[in-house]
Amino acid sequence: MTATVSGNHGLQQAEGLLFETASITRTGVDMPAPKGRPDRLGGLGRKYAPLLPGLSEPEAVRHYVRLSQKNYAIDLGLFPLGSCTMKHNPRLNERMARLDGFADLHPLQPVQTVQGALMLMEELARWLLTLTGMDAVALSPKAGAHGELCGMLAIRAALIARGEGETRKRVLVPESAHGTNPATAAACGFIVDEIHATDDGHVDIEDLKKKLGPDVAGIMLTNPNTCGLFERDIKEIADIIHGAGGYFYCDGANYNAIVGRVRPGDLGVDAMHINLHKTFSTPHGGGGPGSGPTVLSPALAPYAPVPHIVRRGEDLALMEHSEAAEGSPFGRMCAFHGQTGMYVRALTYMLSHGSDGLRQVAEDSVLNANYLLARLKDHFNAPFGAGPCMHEVLFDDSTLKTHGVETIDFAKAMLDEGYHPMTTYFPLVVHGALLIEPTETESKAELDRFADVLIALAERVKTDAAHFKSAPHLAPMRRLDDTRAARQPKLRWKPDEALKTAAE
Amino acid sequence: MRYLPLSDEDRAQMLATIGANSIDDLYVDVPREALLKAPVALPAHQSEMEVERLMKLLASCNIPAGKTAFFLGAGAYRHHVPASVDHLIQRSEFLTTYTPYQPEIAQGTLQALYEFQTQVALLLDMEVANASMYDGSTGLHEAAMMASRVTKRSRVVLSGGVHPHYAETVRTACEAHGLEIVTLPAAIDDESAVLRAMDANTAAVIVQSPNVFGTITDLKPIVAGAHAGGALMISSFTEAMAFGLIEPPGAMGADIVVGEGQSIGNALNFGGPYVGLFATKEKYLRQSPGRLAGETVDADGKRGFVLTLSTREQHIRREKATSNICTNSGLCTLAWTIHMTLLGAEGLKRVATLNHENACDLADALGVIAGVEVLTPRFFNEFAIRLPKRADVVLDALMEKGIVGGVPFTRLNPREGLEDVLLVCATETNTPEDINAYAAALKDIVQ
Repeated sequence: MTATVSGNHGLQQAEGLLFETASITRTGVDMPAPKGRPDRLGGLGRKYAPLLPGLSEPEAVRHYVRLSQKNYAIDLGLFPLGSCTMKHNPRLNERMARLDGFADLHPLQPVQTVQGALMLMEELARWLLTLTGMDAVALSPKAGAHGELCGMLAIRAALIARGEGETRKRVLVPESAHGTNPATAAACGFIVDEIHATDDGHVDIEDLKKKLGPDVAGIMLTNPNTCGLFERDIKEIADIIHGAGGYFYCDGANYNAIVGRVRPGDLGVDAMHINLHKTFSTPHGGGGPGSGPTVLSPALAPYAPVPHIVRRGEDLALMEHSEAAEGSPFGRMCAFHGQTGMYVRALTYMLSHGSDGLRQVAEDSVLNANYLLARLKDHFNAPFGAGPCMHEVLFDDSTLKTHGVETIDFAKAMLDEGYHPMTTYFPLVVHGALLIEPTETESKAELDRFADVLIALAERVKTDAAHFKSAPHLAPMRRLDDTRAARQPKLRWKPDEALKTAAE
Repeated sequence: MRYLPLSDEDRAQMLATIGANSIDDLYVDVPREALLKAPVALPAHQSEMEVERLMKLLASCNIPAGKTAFFLGAGAYRHHVPASVDHLIQRSEFLTTYTPYQPEIAQGTLQALYEFQTQVALLLDMEVANASMYDGSTGLHEAAMMASRVTKRSRVVLSGGVHPHYAETVRTACEAHGLEIVTLPAAIDDESAVLRAMDANTAAVIVQSPNVFGTITDLKPIVAGAHAGGALMISSFTEAMAFGLIEPPGAMGADIVVGEGQSIGNALNFGGPYVGLFATKEKYLRQSPGRLAGETVDADGKRGFVLTLSTREQHIRREKATSNICTNSGLCTLAWTIHMTLLGAEGLKRVATLNHENACDLADALGVIAGVEVLTPRFFNEFAIRLPKRADVVLDALMEKGIVGGVPFTRLNPREGLEDVLLVCATETNTPEDINAYAAALKDIVQ
């Protein structure tokens, strides 16, 4: 890029760290002056003021707006991160979550003052249970992985109740699983045993049968799976696991492909988390907050963690203590009642779409992915054949590698074209994976533009590998050095650096 | 359907390109009997106007804190958040982006996280902080597991001042992981009791300061005792604003400091989403959970930021990861860092002082009522009072007068007696009129 005097590039403004420009005596907040009354801190007042810099409001607004302009976002363009589901976030959801009647509620207010919030939670639960065909739901998990933990703790509690808590310790996890699955199983004290995938991207049932035994606690299976395929033998898998005395945890990360069209309860699932930020469009916010309500089968419902919503005559109430609750709750996932702000957004989305619209959401997400597969299959290698796929489409790096281009290089070249890349190097069962999830909120015209760009890039790979190796050229930054960041971790600004710089 | 751009004509064309006759052809792998023929039995789609009406109706069945004289704390705090915070976090580029996996087009999020980590470390006076946890309570169970990895011991002792929801969250997650969790009986001012409950297998002692009763504790003797026994000292908190005024845990030697950041930048939201703050010493970094943003350079040598040390994390290490965690609390983190930037050291100290002065005024006003006793000896913005009647009964009577007077301790923990203990909080949002009204109403009720 052309060098400039200011370091800015047109609309891209250079923006230093807060700590380099702000001052510890400046503030953007007006508050009345304290009275100066005697304190009751018992001599434990702060001895040294923290070196926290402050900015006036105009300076702060400019700092963060400038930072924002260095980000890609779904509002800017197609964001095809497979398995992450970057769909449009309706702004009505945001407006509703900010109503005082939801946002300005303390979690421990007397329950008679929060009947609307409890009705909201009950209504969200009703939608989730009707859509999934399950028996109970724990709303409180804070994110998808936290929902996995909830489901696996319910399985653990059920095994303990059966007297098999010490004997059933092995959890089967397909090798295509999200990393959270084995990590969750291990966090609950289970031993992880991998099941192989077949050549066409499904669970290898023969391998599954071989790994069964009286020590098996259950299986953690993503469906639709991380290769973007529906596990066609899913009912048989459920029967096999149940027959062996285990439970079926379904990772619901890809539920958006089947919402309104398939009920996991009809497939033999015992527990499944639902990422409200995926299927039900709560914003991803640069990495959270998520929300992972977990639906449970009749076998696991008695172990659902507190709090529960219960009916007391006309009113709703919160059952917040395990010992007073019906059933045998395994405990508590977090303080208070979970991500209520996300419940508001998700229910707003559900009411907007309705049962007909949610079904259309699933169908259009699958249609869009299959359309991209049809447009791209002659230019990239689809390792599991010509489809159909579900809501995401998977390619490997074989058409790139022959020309010396790696998946990461291809991804970085997409940045120059103004696109966020697809998910790369996941799932692990495919070499140099490129996993594309367009979602239902892209138009056909947008998909065509995207496909045209990918096809043109695939052509360029054949003649100009160097272009990919050195990409990106036009993004706000050139390629960043991950290795250096990890070898010499520098995780915060330190005051002495400023002094050092000043002295130089 | 306003959120779905495809027309029926588009769908027909696309199916033709795919070579499918109908959408059901694409669901060919689904067992036929499981493929629903019709929409499930729920209401059909509605217009934006209709949905807004319904949601507002639900919201109107609640009484927002701001409509009352409001004195609740106990883990969530009502503070004034400047208007610019919510405006900035709603910018599309922050709100609708993902985890910064492509750092070249995510420097906005990454630099904000790096600044957040620095601010958290400065506030708590710790060496390093991560990019946030789901909330304080889940952060605390992660801290307990981390201490077990560091010390290779499996027992964790929690003081009776730890918020009961936090204690229960820790017990739930850690017992399944094979740790022995010892929670001491509720105690208003005895955080150091954890030292008496230590043994040779104790990985960590967990105390909270200010604790659930509001009591501030000098952590230095507890750090010394824990270290003498080979254990880590974990300090928890629920009110981050306190460290604008009180000595931070890092300055007293805590090994892991973890707690709730909601009170800076984030609304009450009926309990979530919130933002867990997590800080530790550099030497323990590789055993720590959660995301970390770090500094590096790009191909032109220009400074930039990336997510780093991910070899600790589940997507690389799978069952050997330090945690199963896969997100942080991104947007709440952004709200936190923007609010903290607006405050700066000066603003933070001023707001914290106003909190403390209001709480002192409230304690003075309530403490002079016959039969009411302030139990908390040293506090920041919340304290416990003993009432001459059951706290829940008094709370209901206060509600009749438009005052939300506190949290009965039994609501958090019904196992300890203490039916007459009410947890009370005042922040900068309470007016002198609120405080006078509370004192007058309480006097009427208890006499």
